[in-house]
Amino acid sequence: MTDTTVDTADKATSDDADTPVHAIVERTASPWRAPLAFTAMGLALIATGLFQSPAVALTILNMSLVSAIMAMGLNLQWGYAGLFNAGVMGFTALGGATAVVISHPPVMEALGAGGRGLALSALIVVAIIATVVFIASATRGRFRSFLIFVIVIAGYIALRPIFGAAVGAVEAVDPARTGFIGGLGLPITLSWVAGGVVAAGVAWIIGKVALGLRTDYLAIATLGISEIVVSVLKNEDWLVRGVKNVTGLPRPVPYEIELQQQAWFADLVEQVYAGQLAAISDAAAREDALRQFIVEGSGHFVKIAYAGLFTVVLLILLALCVRALNSPWGRMMRAIRDNEEAAAAMGKDVTRRHLQIFILGSAIIGIAGAMMTTLDGQFTPGTYNPLRFTFLIWVMVIVGGSGNNLGAVLGGFVIWFTWVQAEPAGAWIIEQITRDMDPSAPLYQHLQDIAAPFRLFVMGFVLLLFLRFSPKGILPEKVRHS
Amino acid sequence: MPDATDILNALVLMSNFVFVPALAYGSQLALGALGVTLVFGILRFANFAHGDLMAFGTTMVILMTWGLQAQGITAGPVPTALIALVPAILVTAIAAILIDRSVFGFYRKRRAAPVVLVIASVGVMFMLSAIVRFIMGTDDRRFSDGERFIIRAREFRDMTGLNEGLAIQTTQALTVIVAIVTVTALFIFLRRSRTGKAMRAYSDNEDLALLSGINPDRVVLITWIIAAALATIAGALYGLDKSFKPFTYFQLLLPIFAAAILGGIGQPIGAVVGGYIVAFSEVMMTYAYKRFVTYLVPETWAPEGLLQFLGTDYKFAVSFIILVVVLLIRPTGIFRGAVIK
Repeated sequence: MTDTTVDTADKATSDDADTPVHAIVERTASPWRAPLAFTAMGLALIATGLFQSPAVALTILNMSLVSAIMAMGLNLQWGYAGLFNAGVMGFTALGGATAVVISHPPVMEALGAGGRGLALSALIVVAIIATVVFIASATRGRFRSFLIFVIVIAGYIALRPIFGAAVGAVEAVDPARTGFIGGLGLPITLSWVAGGVVAAGVAWIIGKVALGLRTDYLAIATLGISEIVVSVLKNEDWLVRGVKNVTGLPRPVPYEIELQQQAWFADLVEQVYAGQLAAISDAAAREDALRQFIVEGSGHFVKIAYAGLFTVVLLILLALCVRALNSPWGRMMRAIRDNEEAAAAMGKDVTRRHLQIFILGSAIIGIAGAMMTTLDGQFTPGTYNPLRFTFLIWVMVIVGGSGNNLGAVLGGFVIWFTWVQAEPAGAWIIEQITRDMDPSAPLYQHLQDIAAPFRLFVMGFVLLLFLRFSPKGILPEKVRHS
Repeated sequence: MPDATDILNALVLMSNFVFVPALAYGSQLALGALGVTLVFGILRFANFAHGDLMAFGTTMVILMTWGLQAQGITAGPVPTALIALVPAILVTAIAAILIDRSVFGFYRKRRAAPVVLVIASVGVMFMLSAIVRFIMGTDDRRFSDGERFIIRAREFRDMTGLNEGLAIQTTQALTVIVAIVTVTALFIFLRRSRTGKAMRAYSDNEDLALLSGINPDRVVLITWIIAAALATIAGALYGLDKSFKPFTYFQLLLPIFAAAILGGIGQPIGAVVGGYIVAFSEVMMTYAYKRFVTYLVPETWAPEGLLQFLGTDYKFAVSFIILVVVLLIRPTGIFRGAVIK
């Protein structure tokens, strides 16, 4: 209908220069904006640490770092290329599944029972794909579609019993504890890279099929794919145990129990809490307090260690993104986003570039997915839902500032913080409302349950507010004019 | 060769487990897809909030049903929800208009790119789903009352002397009847009434319609009223047939979009046909044909496996595959819908 391709904000803002709200946004875009916003975010986290508890603040910090990486991946696709990827959840889950496959020790018994069948199935799948590819290139017309159809059906019929038997054998092996093939038993940090690679591979297939569709269609298609990915992970128990979950994944950081027995850690805690310990006069009480601090401190230490690892990954990815997008390649991407026809006329291969950036963005989301599973120490496919894992990331990008990498990072922090804090806030509001109510009244009982969906409400409200009054986000994209 | 009874048994089996459920499910999808396709045709964006609008409508139906039941009013053999539909549609339509006034209208006036409206609909989706959960919680709820079955499986077996039973639930029959009535009424409205014609003109060519003196605000208003009515009816029928759970309504979005795109976006007739095709493919792909085949082939050929193409957990895959195939082979859909750029 209109000539605009994908610009969310620009179109809306350029049209209403008369609205004062946008004018203010334009004027106040100072170089201090980003440092100020990040400082405010840091203060909010510190306040959480002081008023709630340091553990809560550190937990929020860790998930914020992961969310920031996810938002950065989505920002590549949406902010820089205008691709509406509504399948963030799928890539996150793929990353998580990869973490299991890489780090869980192999279940030898299951591999012995069904490994051969699974390998044979994989061989058949490869054979089918190879034949289809061959036919697709060697024949043409109606005959080709017919042949491909026949081969896929025949292959499926051949595959089904072999695969079924193998899966049955694997899942029968001690189903209460394993019942799956396990993984490779490698260090879990390796899975962060591998998660990115797997997500990139799947993104390549999806991109081949779905890119080139108009924006809303791509959104619907990716939404569907992510549902399929998650339902595969939920139901193929032989692979990652499905909804029975894999727990107790190995960690890249020390365990609390181990830390508590280390002499150096006890010394460290003693130094950190020296002031508070000195205030206790009684020797026995001091000993008790120290033990208490060691237990508490070990938890914090683990979280800080995760935060350190995640920050390193975040900074590396951020540096790469910023560099890539300030390069001629990034300029080309923005040119394609802003006017596809003109870019195509200048000889840019729009479809290929779209595929490229779709794969890169998905890979980053996959990395974040693997990191999240590492942080949780477990993989629970049942908990993946699109509101939390796709659309929340969208809110992060829009609120942070689409097209701006720092904006995406900031959005990840701000929105995750809001998401987590909205629940206690909702509970507090309910408490204020129901303070004078009779606790046995049905309305009182009912109101107690609505604190959880309160965060959905807040998220929708925040998204709509930003989309309307500050569509460029907290940190708008920097537009350079030569 | 199988004898006549075996063939009859096989047919009854298929009717009971495939035909009847798919027909009911297809009617629900068709009504949902009609709403999506109308919004897409006239307001020109994919409304991600439609699933949650359905959930909202159903919530209203449930509240009204409870109200009516508390007053001692029931609809006899059919579910009380049928009476509750009327006030529920009213409330949902008002909600839809309020949403349009406060959210979508702003971007429409500015002629923002369609994708901005899609993102706005995501925001609306969040808020609507929160409101629904505020009112209803997140659990399964059944709100069907009245007579449960028209024909019970055992009655059918006794009546015909066949091995297989055929059960038809009241809600299933009701779904199909209500869907037929609604769709017919909508089609007559779109074809014959002045407003309906204005809507179609607006959908075909906005600028031309505006030049001809069609009032765009009125068209948009009527569109939202119809979309809300369709969403409420579709949601209530789905809830009566299965059960009400907020999250399942969000998940209906995918088959509904698949149906609308398959039929041709902006084409009401396409949405109906698409709804049935998606429903039948979904049910047929996930049905285990073992017993069906056992009736038809000699005993020695009886299959060992379940003869199921896909596990029932993969029913989303069916809508998705349909979606992708349509988008690749014929992006305009069966009835040559609009491909809005």
